[in-house]
Amino acid sequence: MIVAKNLTKRYGKITALNDVSFAIAAGESVALWGANGAGKTTTLRCLLGIQGFEGEMTVNGIDVRRNGKAARAAVGYVPQEAAFYDMTVMETLYFYAALKKTARQRIHDVLEQVQLTAHSGKRVNMLSGGMKQRLALAVALLADPPILVLDEPTANLDVQAQRDFIQTVRVFNEAGKTIVFSSHRLDEVIALGSRVLVLEDGRLALECHPFELAERRGLRRWLRIWVSPQQREITLKVLDEQGFTYLPNGRSFYVQVNSGGKIAPLRSLEMANIPVEDFDLVDGELAPPGESHD
Amino acid sequence: MIDLSNLRAIAGKELRDALRNRWFVVFTLAFAGLALALSALIQPGGTQMRMMSYSRTAASLVNLVLLFVPLIGLTLGAANLAGDRETGALVYLLSQPVNRMEVLIGKYLGVAGALLATLSLGFGGAGVVLALQGSIQDAGGYLLTVLLAYLLALAMLSLGFWVSAAAHKTAAALGGALFLWLFLVFIGDLGIMGTTAAMQIPIGTVFLIAVLNPLQMFKIAAILTIQASLEVLGPAGLYATDRFGGLLLPLLLAGAVILFARQEKFILKGNAR
Repeated sequence: MIVAKNLTKRYGKITALNDVSFAIAAGESVALWGANGAGKTTTLRCLLGIQGFEGEMTVNGIDVRRNGKAARAAVGYVPQEAAFYDMTVMETLYFYAALKKTARQRIHDVLEQVQLTAHSGKRVNMLSGGMKQRLALAVALLADPPILVLDEPTANLDVQAQRDFIQTVRVFNEAGKTIVFSSHRLDEVIALGSRVLVLEDGRLALECHPFELAERRGLRRWLRIWVSPQQREITLKVLDEQGFTYLPNGRSFYVQVNSGGKIAPLRSLEMANIPVEDFDLVDGELAPPGESHD
Repeated sequence: MIDLSNLRAIAGKELRDALRNRWFVVFTLAFAGLALALSALIQPGGTQMRMMSYSRTAASLVNLVLLFVPLIGLTLGAANLAGDRETGALVYLLSQPVNRMEVLIGKYLGVAGALLATLSLGFGGAGVVLALQGSIQDAGGYLLTVLLAYLLALAMLSLGFWVSAAAHKTAAALGGALFLWLFLVFIGDLGIMGTTAAMQIPIGTVFLIAVLNPLQMFKIAAILTIQASLEVLGPAGLYATDRFGGLLLPLLLAGAVILFARQEKFILKGNAR
């Protein structure tokens, strides 16, 4: 369905993509994983045919360089933060429906699918970040394309909105749509992806199953646990005794966990009768994300 | 291949955006108000008096166009693509099943529609006032002046789009547009005068350099529609009248269209995919 051969993109002296090749079959959900500047967005823009490159890229057998418009007709695109014009939700959908040659009835269908019907009269700049992303998804779905391309679609959303968005996209994947998405988040890749392409400095460094990603890339998962200040000392003692690697962070602790043992620190605290106020799972390459995640 | 329904959708959106633009509305009201005020200044009196007064009013309208139209055309064009590029709206639009040619032409047509509507309002209002006063002796000449103003507006808008396509930031595009406006309206004239005086350039060359500026082309053609002679422009005007005679106006119109077409071609170069 999507084939990239020897994809290379240079910005002056900087090589953003270097000889990247991959193939994505119909119905797959493939994640592009990599740090900022690894080439994820560039790859997706090449796929859309909106920037020049060396090599080959075909979507549904269509060469995106020769006939980008036809290739884009088979793709629904959701950027990290869609820049909409100053219109209402309904006007926005009418505008993009006209470009996609979509019947007006379809607009009401997609509004319902992304649960924005109640907000159709609102101006886009009055919507929350999560609603804007759902509007971008609605625009992407207007022509009912076989492929959805999502460029870090949840990067600016809160945790609940992230989960809702990923769940919505997963439903479309289960219904047969091919998904290509970029992400920084391991939990998102595991929740949505069936395969991961790891980009590093513009090169395809690894191709694996999402469950293998953490181990093969040396990623660390951290369970962030909040306990009351009165329980702090005893928590430190229990974590030490059980041999966990951890870092205190204000009222919480980052405890390193592996894929099969995420619940282990919680069980240890429960056995010691230490009430846990809240917890969250976060990813980090070498160290816990720290204060920036507060 | 251009899809007309895409052009219509993009042009319609741009037209609505322009009409919602506060600065554009202010410009429209100012232009229409000044055009009406100038037409209302026709002095009462006999036919001879009204005709002389009409010539002065028409010349004032030409000067109004020379100042206002390039400014709004250049700035509207300059802000368009660069603004959308800066917010990310352009990339998002290009990620849809459209090609660059459709986006560019659609945007141009939409803004051009708004600009021509403004000129029509100003000239239309002024024309009605002049007609009610019985001052217009040559309706064809007046319409030709309006047509010339349209051509000037389209040329300036395309220059603005050219600046916008080249700039990465809206502020840089607007700065470039304002510099171009200053150059075309003021510095260009002074530069030609200074160079002519310093280098003793032949009068034919001076004329040729002058008409490369769309504003000069508009000015000369507009003066020709008001009066038969270009003696008010000095030696260059006399040279043009003597050299080209009655062919001068058609030549200037053809030149304006060719310059406009070349600008469009330059902006669109390599953009159809």
